Amino acid sequence: MNRKLLWLVQRWIVLLVLVGVWELAARRAGSIWFPPPTKIIDQGIELWFSGPDTAAAWTDDILPSLARTLGGWLISVAIGIIVGTALGRSRHGMEYVGPLFAFMRAIPPVMLVPVFIVLFGLYTEMKLAVIVFGTVWPILLNTVDGVRTVDSVQTDTARSFRTPRHRWIGSVVLPAALPKIFAGLRVSMSIAVLLMVVSELVGKTSGIGNKLVSAQRQFDFTIMWAWIVLLGILGYGLNALLLVAERHMLRWQPSRHTQRLQAGG
Amino acid sequence: MPKIVRNLIGLAGFFAIWEGVVKLGLVNEHSVPPPHVVAARLAELVVDTSFRKDVIATVLAWAIALPIAVGIAVPAGLLLGSIPGARVATKAVVEFLRPIPSVALIPAAIIAIGGGPSTKITLAVYASVWPIMFNTIYAIDEIDTLLVDTARSFGCGRIKVMARVALPSALPFVFTGIRLSAAIALIVVITVEYVAGALLGIGKFALAASEGSGRLDLVLAATVVAGAFGYLVNEGLERLGRYWFRWSTVVRGTS
Repeated sequence: MNRKLLWLVQRWIVLLVLVGVWELAARRAGSIWFPPPTKIIDQGIELWFSGPDTAAAWTDDILPSLARTLGGWLISVAIGIIVGTALGRSRHGMEYVGPLFAFMRAIPPVMLVPVFIVLFGLYTEMKLAVIVFGTVWPILLNTVDGVRTVDSVQTDTARSFRTPRHRWIGSVVLPAALPKIFAGLRVSMSIAVLLMVVSELVGKTSGIGNKLVSAQRQFDFTIMWAWIVLLGILGYGLNALLLVAERHMLRWQPSRHTQRLQAGG
Repeated sequence: MPKIVRNLIGLAGFFAIWEGVVKLGLVNEHSVPPPHVVAARLAELVVDTSFRKDVIATVLAWAIALPIAVGIAVPAGLLLGSIPGARVATKAVVEFLRPIPSVALIPAAIIAIGGGPSTKITLAVYASVWPIMFNTIYAIDEIDTLLVDTARSFGCGRIKVMARVALPSALPFVFTGIRLSAAIALIVVITVEYVAGALLGIGKFALAASEGSGRLDLVLAATVVAGAFGYLVNEGLERLGRYWFRWSTVVRGTS
């Protein structure tokens, strides 16, 4: 019991002290730039749950942002896994498109914001296109990599069990590739959130990013910090969901922690 | 057929399809330029002094931010990785800060620091500290205890073990972190140029070309330049890593 208490204290004390210091310092200094945390939380509750414009905050900003992030990411997942599997299975496919894809992937994805502004304007199409283009490469290239890691024991076993052709991809190739694919999914999820914010910061039509800019323009820093906190919560939640899915789908993997190091944010 | 021939066929096919789609009028030629127009624009931009200044401004901010991030993240990672108490104590703070996308802090940073190059650098440092730090912590976890025990039994103290054993065996992982951060820092620098209304920078150039007259040829030429830089950095670091750490037995990530 005592050990558990000690562990809890150790785990939370620094965060609590930091927040406490921030609270006291902000209250004492009365700075409008860095409002105290309690004010930010109050502001958040007012913005999203109790205030007069709560419904608009959800329908105009939070849900559209989430829909674009997840929608764009899911489109990339579909394209990335299908094209990646096809290219990984084909003998020479990657030799034709490899250099092109390597270059596309190296383009900083935010550079696509102006490109898609010209093509699609400032609205949802542009934002979705940016997210899809930015997230598809890690998934696609990791799928190609993963599909190629199917080893000869796995293929021989499947062959000796006479696995039918049409079940080959679903029951042999993709499961073997799944750890690599998930590494790509994690990277691309954090890119999706990032690009959602950037596309909304630039194409100021709706969404959380737009709210951030308008709060900055109106010098309402409490509101701005509240939206930043919400973005943190969203990023955390999406990542946690993905981890749950990964743990569920990769239960059978003996050791996966070597793949974990690449989940940079 | 050798690989390089297939590479070239693939690239040629891509440009041929693009050129063909524009020529056939499937897309509006005014909004989507054919590749030879983009290539011509690219050739013009490369010798254009004001565009060069934009590129230099972006690259310089990136090149200043990355070493600073390494200087902060590696010691912090070594500290947090080797002192379990410090790691547990800061875990909550780190897990609270990490999911906030670094670009979300741009409006706040513009207010606190202004719209100049220092904002680019500060935010790029902030964003690139995380991958390097996490990879360093991870690397410390993965150190072969046999190596540490051997060093101890030869009479090495804590600091010496850190410098002679922990750091070298962590380096391949740290380097992977730096490679990830190099890409992230570039993203952040360009985004700050968009949002802060920077005076110089490749991001400013591309956004101005897209918003005013919708000059996709200029935007794409700038995108190719940014892509080439990103490609060279990533490829260069990857080769350097493979060369420096060829002694290492750890499996390094590819992403």
